[in-house]
Amino acid sequence: MTAQLTPFHFIAVSALLLVVGIAGVLLRRNLIVVLMSIELILNAVNINLVTFSRIHGQTHGQVFALMIMAVAVAETAVGLALLIALYRNRGTVLADEIDLLKW
Amino acid sequence: MVPVLLFYFFSLLAIGGGILTVTRRSVVVSGVWLIVSLLGVAGLFLLEGAEFLFVAQLILYVGGIILLFLIAVMLVNFNAAVYTRRFRNGWPAVLSICLLLAAELLALLSAGRFAAPVTPAPGLPNADAVADALLSKYLVAFELASVVLLAAVVGAVLMGQKRKEHAS
Repeated sequence: MTAQLTPFHFIAVSALLLVVGIAGVLLRRNLIVVLMSIELILNAVNINLVTFSRIHGQTHGQVFALMIMAVAVAETAVGLALLIALYRNRGTVLADEIDLLKW
Repeated sequence: MVPVLLFYFFSLLAIGGGILTVTRRSVVVSGVWLIVSLLGVAGLFLLEGAEFLFVAQLILYVGGIILLFLIAVMLVNFNAAVYTRRFRNGWPAVLSICLLLAAELLALLSAGRFAAPVTPAPGLPNADAVADALLSKYLVAFELASVVLLAAVVGAVLMGQKRKEHAS
């Protein structure tokens, strides 16, 4: 354990969180949990942006992180509305049972 | 020493909460663990001196997005998902992405990049600096974000409402 925090610590945490989120998107069948995993991925990206913003000693990265948060809110609202409409029409929220456009 | 311990604590919250979010069977339990993970990320923001993002994370994510998820869970009420398989076959892709990111981290570590601790430059407090950048250089992006949010609200209402039966 090093005595001081370096940017590498934060980059490593960001990478781990990104892997967890990608695993959730690729592996889970329940679409609500897939949307939650997308939030994890966006958070990993935000950690990276803030880290590099701190390295360069300016706040532009934090502004971009704020933009990502705004887009994440919009994405979640629209995604969940789509999910509710889908459940109303098809009666399922499992990713591999929604295959009308397959083949 | 204290920041290092806090860092490991918040990282444990973020990553452990994320893993439990992905692996739990019940969607509500996943949502609760997502709260833990997002709180850990908020703590990491605080450690990096991004106080404004810390507050935004608490209000937007923990206050807003989690509420959306839990309301959606109540509306969908899909109990069959609890009793079926949780995972589908995507292990090769996940494993290859894991290997790729591990290789990149090892390359960064062996090259010694980003290994020097950063001393923050003296200047304005964080919220002031973010507001300066947001309302001067990124003003157009700021206004466009509000348009995106408005479009998302209208779209969510349109898609979430019950379809009216049309004549013919």
